[in-house]
Amino acid sequence: MPVLRWLRRHIIVIAGLLTLAYMILPNIVVMVFSFNKPNGRFNYSWQRFSVDAWKDPCGVADMCGSLSLSLQIAVWATVGATVLGTMIAFALVRYRFRARGAINSLIFLPMAMPEVVMAASLLTLFLNMGAQLGFWTILIAHIMFCLSFVVTAVKARVMSMDPRLEEAARDLYAGPVQTFVRVTLPIAAPGIAAGALLAFALSFDDFIITNFNAGSTVTFPMFVWGSAQRGTPVQINVIGTAMFIIAVLVVLAGQLIANRRKNSARP
Amino acid sequence: MSVTQEAPPAPAEELKVRKPSTRKRLVPYWLLLPGILWLVVFFALPLIYQGSTSVQTGSLEKGFEVTWHFQTYWDALADYYPQFVRSLLYAGTATILCLLLGYPLAYLIAFKAGRWRNLVLVLVIAPFFTSFLIRTLAWKTILADGGAVVDVLNTLHVLDVTSWLGWTESNRVLATPMAVVCGLTYNFLPFMILPLYTSLERIDGRLHEAAGDLYATPATTFRKVTFPLSMPGVVSGTLLTFIPASGDYVNAELLGSTDTKMVGSVIQTQFLRVLDYPTAAALSFILMAVVLIAVTVYIRRSGTEDLV
Repeated sequence: MPVLRWLRRHIIVIAGLLTLAYMILPNIVVMVFSFNKPNGRFNYSWQRFSVDAWKDPCGVADMCGSLSLSLQIAVWATVGATVLGTMIAFALVRYRFRARGAINSLIFLPMAMPEVVMAASLLTLFLNMGAQLGFWTILIAHIMFCLSFVVTAVKARVMSMDPRLEEAARDLYAGPVQTFVRVTLPIAAPGIAAGALLAFALSFDDFIITNFNAGSTVTFPMFVWGSAQRGTPVQINVIGTAMFIIAVLVVLAGQLIANRRKNSARP
Repeated sequence: MSVTQEAPPAPAEELKVRKPSTRKRLVPYWLLLPGILWLVVFFALPLIYQGSTSVQTGSLEKGFEVTWHFQTYWDALADYYPQFVRSLLYAGTATILCLLLGYPLAYLIAFKAGRWRNLVLVLVIAPFFTSFLIRTLAWKTILADGGAVVDVLNTLHVLDVTSWLGWTESNRVLATPMAVVCGLTYNFLPFMILPLYTSLERIDGRLHEAAGDLYATPATTFRKVTFPLSMPGVVSGTLLTFIPASGDYVNAELLGSTDTKMVGSVIQTQFLRVLDYPTAAALSFILMAVVLIAVTVYIRRSGTEDLV
């Protein structure tokens, strides 16, 4: 049976592509249903084609406000977590000091903890301190849970760096600042960028920790959550589709730039 | 006394040399200070607070007091063990499914994709940037009663079998355990695929050739060479899937019913709606302990301790 033989030969490719289809299927559904004209409040079944939602993406009360709030929080959380995380990563890779083991576990633990546990305990702290829940408590929480992921990403890159490059720079009379800015930072940049990208995605998409510590402030994921009960406007699918397309374009552009750089580096 | 007097004073030059080295020794501590302080104040300290909350008694009106009332833990377990067992069961099933589904795709990207590799990787990463809540809501449409998926499964008599097993109800998938596990698997697949891909990509292709030269069949090569070498990816992938899945309540709430509630949902309700802080704190402490113990045992057993 040639068909069976062909199947056996390509079993991995077929299984892999099926998984890929499983992963993209919801994105396609989101895209298709962004052109739907639903009959009631819920956009769960196909009625008829319409581009109304695309013409008026902010036509739903409070949705774009929550979107811009999420973007702001994500940007600041990325900045905070990337700066703090990069510093920790450099300290951990480059220096030998006491308490290294303890610090390593303190970095690992937030990643090994269900989100709901961190969310609940942070809320306990805020309630005990009498803190006003809102923008600042969300930001504090986001920097906290993004930090470990940045450290891990940057650490991996710094560990694979050749320390002789920095020695060479020093031998050529570069000062410590010059060495860091001209040599160390450019080499570590991909790791830092990966950490920052991860932090942005994690912060922008976070629901569980935000839900506990936001008070009455509504971020975009919280808006989506609320709309699942009240009725989902088509505009949510428009935003979801736009995010997917932008993400694909950004990542592809990044890959193209990386490829070109690699090619131009070749003799 | 006499010893210190006899000790010769350190020469001036030596002191000059030593000074910058002390400053240098403090560099790592200055680098660590802000970040570690952040984690101590907003991660470690809250856990301690929560520990103390879990042994308090009282009510919101009268105020809470630490009374070392450990009974809360027993009561919480007695009341909510079905949700606990369910959480671990669902998260475990989703993790196994993620491994079975994710391995071929990671293998495909690492060894077979060729010039398509970047595109496939982008398609794996891109969902990270689309709100996962929106994508989970899309599963409501996909698995809807009378939808294509349910029709196909019904025609193939799959639903008869799964209903008999208690995974679905006859004629429907939505609001059943199967829908929740399907959502969990979907949501955490990238967390499985990326570590798997990283560890597979590191494998030297010549090892496969060598195995072939030694008359190993593809299956034997996989069993004896590829899979053992990908173990770090398997371990970190399963951890990154199981831990968040065990505390998740989004999938259970959106795709499940009251019969599929997970422990995260209970913690959320107790904390934000019922305002029974001790019970909520005790529940999340139990969840934390169970997960940490499971993770530690698992890491020890799989022998990749350097992961931590």
